Amino acid sequence: MDFAADFAGIFLGGLAAGTVLFIVSVGLSVTMGLMGFVNLAHGAFAMFGGYVIVLAMNRAHFGFAAALAVGFVATAALSVLLERLLYRRLYRAGELDQVLFTIGLIFIFIAGITIVVGPEGQTLELPPALGGQLNLGFMQYRTYSIFLIVVGFLIVIGIWLVFERTRIGAQIRATVDNRRMAESLGINVDRLFTITFAFGSGMAAIGGGLGAEFLGLDPQYALKYLVYFLIAVSVGGLGSVVGVYYASLLIGVLDFTLKLYLPKGGTIFIYALTILLLLWRPQGLLGRKET
Amino acid sequence: MNVAASPARPAVATPLDHPAARVLIGRHRLRWWETLPWLAAVGLYFAFPAYLGFGTELLVAILFALALDLALGYAGIITLGHAAFFGTGAYTVGLLAFWGIWTEPISSLVLAGVAAGVVGLLSGLVLLRTRGLTLLMLTICTMALLEQAANMAHDYTGGFDGLPSLPIAPVFGVFEFSPLYDNTQYVYALIVLLICFLLVRTLVYSPFGQSLTGIRENLLRMHAVGSPVRRRLVICYTISAALAGIAGGLWAQTNAYVNLSTFDLDRAATVLIVLILGGYGRLYGAFVGAVAYLALEHFLARIYPTAWQLGLGLLLVLIALFARNGILGLGEALWRRYGGKRAAS
Repeated sequence: MDFAADFAGIFLGGLAAGTVLFIVSVGLSVTMGLMGFVNLAHGAFAMFGGYVIVLAMNRAHFGFAAALAVGFVATAALSVLLERLLYRRLYRAGELDQVLFTIGLIFIFIAGITIVVGPEGQTLELPPALGGQLNLGFMQYRTYSIFLIVVGFLIVIGIWLVFERTRIGAQIRATVDNRRMAESLGINVDRLFTITFAFGSGMAAIGGGLGAEFLGLDPQYALKYLVYFLIAVSVGGLGSVVGVYYASLLIGVLDFTLKLYLPKGGTIFIYALTILLLLWRPQGLLGRKET
Repeated sequence: MNVAASPARPAVATPLDHPAARVLIGRHRLRWWETLPWLAAVGLYFAFPAYLGFGTELLVAILFALALDLALGYAGIITLGHAAFFGTGAYTVGLLAFWGIWTEPISSLVLAGVAAGVVGLLSGLVLLRTRGLTLLMLTICTMALLEQAANMAHDYTGGFDGLPSLPIAPVFGVFEFSPLYDNTQYVYALIVLLICFLLVRTLVYSPFGQSLTGIRENLLRMHAVGSPVRRRLVICYTISAALAGIAGGLWAQTNAYVNLSTFDLDRAATVLIVLILGGYGRLYGAFVGAVAYLALEHFLARIYPTAWQLGLGLLLVLIALFARNGILGLGEALWRRYGGKRAAS
C-alpha cells in the first residue's frame, strides 16, 4: 500500500513535469515542422518569459494569471521582432548556420539576463490557492501539480481543436505535410510561420513561468534543459501536437522515476530509449513527414 | 577542348597529364605559407615560456577542431556530439593510468584513438542512416548516453569528480611531464598535432577526400555516379572520431586529470564554434579559429565573463548571417577583391 502511494506520487509528479515540458516544447515542434528551422534558442524564449513572469510577480506585484499573460505577450512580441529581423534571413540556409545562429542567440540571452537581472536564481511565490495540498480521495497531493496536469490537458485539447477545426489549423497541417504544395495553393506560409512562431514562443514563456517553481530559473536555464526540449520534439514528431504531448509525459514520468531510484546516471535510459526510437522511426512517434 | 585520355590521342601520355589530375596534384603540393603555423608554434616555445600551458591547451583544441573538420567540414556530417569521442579518448587514458594498468603515453594515445574510433564506427554505422535534425539529435543523445554511463560507473570513473592526478610515464622514458613547467607537454602535443595534421591533409587531398567533398556538395549526384556514400561517410566518421579521441587522450595526459566535462554539450558546442570561427572545410580553419577563440577567452573571459558570453553570442549571430566561411573565408574574399588581380597577372 505504501509502495502504491509512493508510485502514484511519483507518477503524478512526473506528469506535472512532463506537462511543463510539453507547454515549452509544443511551439518548437510546430515551427520546426513548418519551416524545418533548427531553433535551439527556443529554451531561451522560455527562460525570457519565465523571468518576465517571475519579475512581474515579485517586483511589480502582479497576480499569477496576470503575470502569465504579460509573459506570454512580451515573449511573443520579442519573438516576432527577432523572426522578422533575423530568423527569416536563414530559412534557406543550411542547418549548420541555423544551429550556430541560435546558439549565438542563447549566449546573448544568457548574458543579457545576467547583466540586467543578475546571475542568481529567481524563486516563484505561488499564490496561496495553489500552494497547499489537495485531497484526491485516495491520497493527499500537491495542488500545484494537479493544477499543472489539468492546465496541460486543457491546452492540448485547445490546440488540437485549433488544428483540426479551424482554417488556420488546416493551413498549418497542410504546410507541415507539403510546404511547396501549400504555397502553390496560395497559403501565405511566411505569415503562418510568424503567427505560429509568436504563439509557440508565448507558450514557451508560460511553460517557463509555470515550471519555474520546481525547475528553477537562472541564466543557464536555456542550455540546461535544451536537450530535453529537443528530445520531446524529435520523439513526439515534428509538427505533431499530440505526439509531443505523449512524448513529454513519457519523459517526465521516466525522468522522475529514474532520478528517484537511480540518482546517479539514471537518465541514461532516456537517452538510450530516444536513440532506439529515432532509429526505428526517424520522424518520431506521430510525425507525418518522411525524413 | 576535348581532353579525354583515349588511346586514339597519343598527345595525352598518361592519366596524370589530364588537366583535372594536374589541378588535383597541384592542390596537394605544399605552399610556403603552410610552414607559418608551425614556425609560430616553435617560436612560442622560445619566446613565451610562461604561456606554454596555454599553448598546450591551444594545440589540443586545434587537434579536436581538425578532427571535427574532417566530419563536418569535408563530409558535411552535422554533429553536435563530437565530445563523445573526445571523452572516450580522455577516459581511456584516464582509466588506464589511474588504475595503474598502462601509463606509457604514446601507446596510451594510440589506444585512446582506437577506443574512440571503435565508438565512432559502431555509432556511425547506425547514426549515419539518418540526416538533418534526427542525426543532430542522435549525436547529442549518444554523447549524453556516454556521459551518463561514465557518471553511473562512478566506482571506476570517479563519477562527477573524475579521476585526479593521473600518473603518466615519461615520454620515451626520458622526458617527464612536470606539473610546474609545460615544456614537455607542449612539445609532445605539437608533435602529435603535426602527425595527425599530416594524416588529415593527405586524406582530404586524396581521391577519398574528394569523394567526401562530393557527398557534402551533392549527395544525389554521388549516389548517381555509384559512389559508396554510406561506407565513405562511416569511414570518415570513424577516422574523425579516432582523431577526436587522440585529442581527448592528449587533454587527459597534459592536464593529468579527467572528468565528466570532457563529455559535455558545452565542449561539443565550443569545438563547433572554434571550427566555424576559423572557417570549416579548409584545414587551417581549425588553427585560426582555435587561436582566435582561446586567445579571446583566455584574456577576456577571466576578467569579464558576462561580456565575453555576450560578445561570443553576437559574433556567432554575425557569422551565421554574414560570414559563413569564418575568418579564413573573410580573408579569402578580401584577397580576391583587393589582392587577387595582382596575383593573377
